[in-house]
Amino acid sequence: MSANHGHEHKDHHDDHHDDHHHHQETWVTKWVFSQDHKMISRQFLVTAVIMGVVAMLMSTLFRLQLAWPGEKFAFVNWMLGDKWGKDGIISPDMYLALVTIHGTIMVFFVLTGGLSGTFANLLIPYQIGARDMASGFLNMFSYWFFFASSVVMIISCFVESGPASAGWTIYPPLSALPQAIAGSGLGMTLWLVSMSLFIVSALLGGLNYIITVLNLRTKGMSMTRMPLTVWSFLITAILGVLSFPVLFGACLLLIFDRGFGTSFYLTDIYIGGQALDHTGGSPILFQHLFWFLGHPEVYIVLLPALGIASEIISVSSRKPIFGYKAMVGSMLAIGFLSFIVWGHHMFLTGMNPFLGSVFVFTTLLIAIPSAVKAFNYITTLWKGNIVFNPSMLFCIGLVSTFITGGVTGIILADSALDIPVHDTYFVVAHFHIVMGLSAILGMFGGVYHWFPKMFERMMNKKLGYLHFWFTFICAYGVFFPQHFLGMAGVPRRYYTNTEFPMFDHLIDINIFVTICAIVGAFAQGIFLYNFFYSIFRGEKAPENPYNSNTLEWTNGGGTIHGNWHGALPVVYRWAYDYSKPGKKEDFVPQTVPLEDGELDAGEDQVKH
Amino acid sequence: MTSFLIILALALGVAVIAQIVRIFELSSELKGGTPNWVVTDRDNRGQGNMMLLFLIAFFAFCLWQLLKYKDLLLPVAASEEGVELDWLMNFNFLIITVVFIICNFFLFYFAFKYRGSKAGKALYYPVNHKLELLWTIIPGIAMAIIIVLGLRSWTKITRDPIETGEDILTIELVSEQFKWTARYAGDDNKLGFNFYRLITEQNVLGIDSTDAASADDFIVYNEIHIPKGKRVYFSLRSKDVIHSAFFPHFRQQMNTVPGLQTMLHFMPTITTDSMRLITGNPEYNYVLLCNKICGASHFNMQMNIVVDDSATFWNWYDEKKAKTIFASNMTAPPPGKVDPPATPDSAGTGAKPDSVTAKKPD
Repeated sequence: MSANHGHEHKDHHDDHHDDHHHHQETWVTKWVFSQDHKMISRQFLVTAVIMGVVAMLMSTLFRLQLAWPGEKFAFVNWMLGDKWGKDGIISPDMYLALVTIHGTIMVFFVLTGGLSGTFANLLIPYQIGARDMASGFLNMFSYWFFFASSVVMIISCFVESGPASAGWTIYPPLSALPQAIAGSGLGMTLWLVSMSLFIVSALLGGLNYIITVLNLRTKGMSMTRMPLTVWSFLITAILGVLSFPVLFGACLLLIFDRGFGTSFYLTDIYIGGQALDHTGGSPILFQHLFWFLGHPEVYIVLLPALGIASEIISVSSRKPIFGYKAMVGSMLAIGFLSFIVWGHHMFLTGMNPFLGSVFVFTTLLIAIPSAVKAFNYITTLWKGNIVFNPSMLFCIGLVSTFITGGVTGIILADSALDIPVHDTYFVVAHFHIVMGLSAILGMFGGVYHWFPKMFERMMNKKLGYLHFWFTFICAYGVFFPQHFLGMAGVPRRYYTNTEFPMFDHLIDINIFVTICAIVGAFAQGIFLYNFFYSIFRGEKAPENPYNSNTLEWTNGGGTIHGNWHGALPVVYRWAYDYSKPGKKEDFVPQTVPLEDGELDAGEDQVKH
Repeated sequence: MTSFLIILALALGVAVIAQIVRIFELSSELKGGTPNWVVTDRDNRGQGNMMLLFLIAFFAFCLWQLLKYKDLLLPVAASEEGVELDWLMNFNFLIITVVFIICNFFLFYFAFKYRGSKAGKALYYPVNHKLELLWTIIPGIAMAIIIVLGLRSWTKITRDPIETGEDILTIELVSEQFKWTARYAGDDNKLGFNFYRLITEQNVLGIDSTDAASADDFIVYNEIHIPKGKRVYFSLRSKDVIHSAFFPHFRQQMNTVPGLQTMLHFMPTITTDSMRLITGNPEYNYVLLCNKICGASHFNMQMNIVVDDSATFWNWYDEKKAKTIFASNMTAPPPGKVDPPATPDSAGTGAKPDSVTAKKPD
């Protein structure tokens, strides 16, 4: 009902659209405080790229320490100064700080803010046929909160006592007590401030995405005709809106414990030669609150990448995505289940073993929808006519890492098997492959694929190929051997693995891993060059470079304020009619009406 | 020198990439014709072949890693539960390795086989309910098996041996930045009550000397001994932040949490001496590691564990006890200044006044 009203309103609006906006734009409203979803998307992307480079350099630094512990690197001293990098050796405090900030930036700033912020903003209005987000104003705020939060996080790296260094999961009491670790002083305070700003950004963005998808779909764009990208952004936004406030609560209580003498998380502590007055709290409470966000967060990171992969794999295989409804269903199932599995991060906290069993059950259930998704991707490739755009390479890479990292999740979800590998490098390998790599490969795929919608130009395919193969091979080179470190019992977050004889013989693995990490880091230079060069000098993009069906390719090309000249497009079919028998071309855009007797969503094929 | 070489290598790397980029630019300019983003049949062939090549190289790499590193992993499990977990681990690994190989194979093989061309045509194949049902049910069955087997071991390993009245040796492990301290429960096999406010420089574990159970407790630093063939019960607590008591060789682990008493237990089956023979390393030692980030020296918080056969262990035990009976080397707490928590099982703290009650050893 309300949707109909929306359409009338929009139709009315359409005729005057161009006159309305163009004259009011100033330099500031166009480039800085823009309310246009395409500009906001670009702002998110560029910020995320910068943050990503920072976090990647941090990881390279601590990988150096792990491969060559105690080795003196002149540039480490140059970068970190005498306090943190005396004689060119990273100090243990700085090591933990680098690990912490690397994790925080990658998880939140690159793969949450960067991924959702860029692609949900760009694609939701484009693919559902809307002029812009439901609230451009909130959308603008969402970016600027993200920006402020990024700035605070970077500033926190330069305070005297050092940045937060209790791990990205900031478990108290370590994160609550400056006497426990130097980074829990001002650095931790700024971390909490930054994350609070980030949560505001995520909530403003998320609410906007949900409302836009539910209310602003163009005529004919029923929920079941939406591209899987939009479905993934919708489900992601719902997860974020439900879970981020819990993290905010957790952070708030931690701020109280740190600053105002409360005891939510602290009790029975004797440190630095004195017993603290805090009593009656529980450090485990924080872990429950943190992982109530933390686990959905994994899927907040992963689902948009899977959505992007669904679209790109279908377009590039020139085939409909296999099992559209199953894909939507599995994303819904994953989204729902992600809220009742957080305890699998806490099997060994002293939690009641029976409660652990419940979390084993719910966690392993997630394997089923995940497996369905992986099989459906592979079936989509089967008998396709695959066009290897760089974006397609990245998405095939994503499916591979999703499988490789996913299967080790089965080990970790099994509480009994979690005991020997809990908090070892096995975990590091698992989540970097399944979440980190899959999401970042999906993000790269998305950047290559929708670059023309962002900058009206194309990226160079050969550099794209080079970038993919270096990245993909190095990524496996970095993370695959870490499974063996984990099976050998090497705990994560160890400053060095050679302080005592137990792990001496594993140094070869660490050197191999670090070399792969360095080469992989350099390979990102290819991307940065291609990205920035193509923004200014890339070849001009045509209207529909990949012969796609979705609406963003129907606006005549170029970036238009309001997205379409004249009336909004009308949708008649689902987004995946590729290589449909009886059609002249191997694609049928969503704006092409169904012929007489033609069924939508591949139903004709089912009938036969 | 090394750093100089690395910097040199990095500089060269940058130069090489810059040159490659330049060559690409020039060659695409020379060719004219197709824009530098249009995927040609030649590209599809090239990338399709790369997919096949990667598939082969990837599996070869995995195999090479497996062969190279399998001897570097932990040696045979040195506890009863460890043996069971290793079996379960191998069983699960068998399943996931099969899935890993099949899925990655089809992914890259299809990518190679169905590489496109201008003349090519894709099959319109949007859905097949039977197939989808099949690959919902198969993972479902696999998960059911994994869950049943996993939970069977989990329930067994995390049982409370005090409740089941098993014959145990009780040891308390207390973690703090950055060391472990052990307290043996003595002949009554009962740990005396402790409270964090009682901690002083002399009474490092905050033990209440007025509790009769603490009279025969004794404290051991740096290296603990445990007997082969007897279930060892570790009562765990932490003085400052969260740590984790990780026994990699015995495949056991549990966090130590301030304000919460946790526990783990296992039955050692291989003495340190036997393990030295097995590994061929006369220096081989079991260690207890900290496995939860706890501060700057987290990486260096460990304790040696020696597994003795029964007789050797009890000799060591008697000797140690004679030297370090707890009650004789601590000062009494200041009278009236501190009270134990009023409610024994108040939420969150879990510290019971009577601490651990355990059966007397036979």
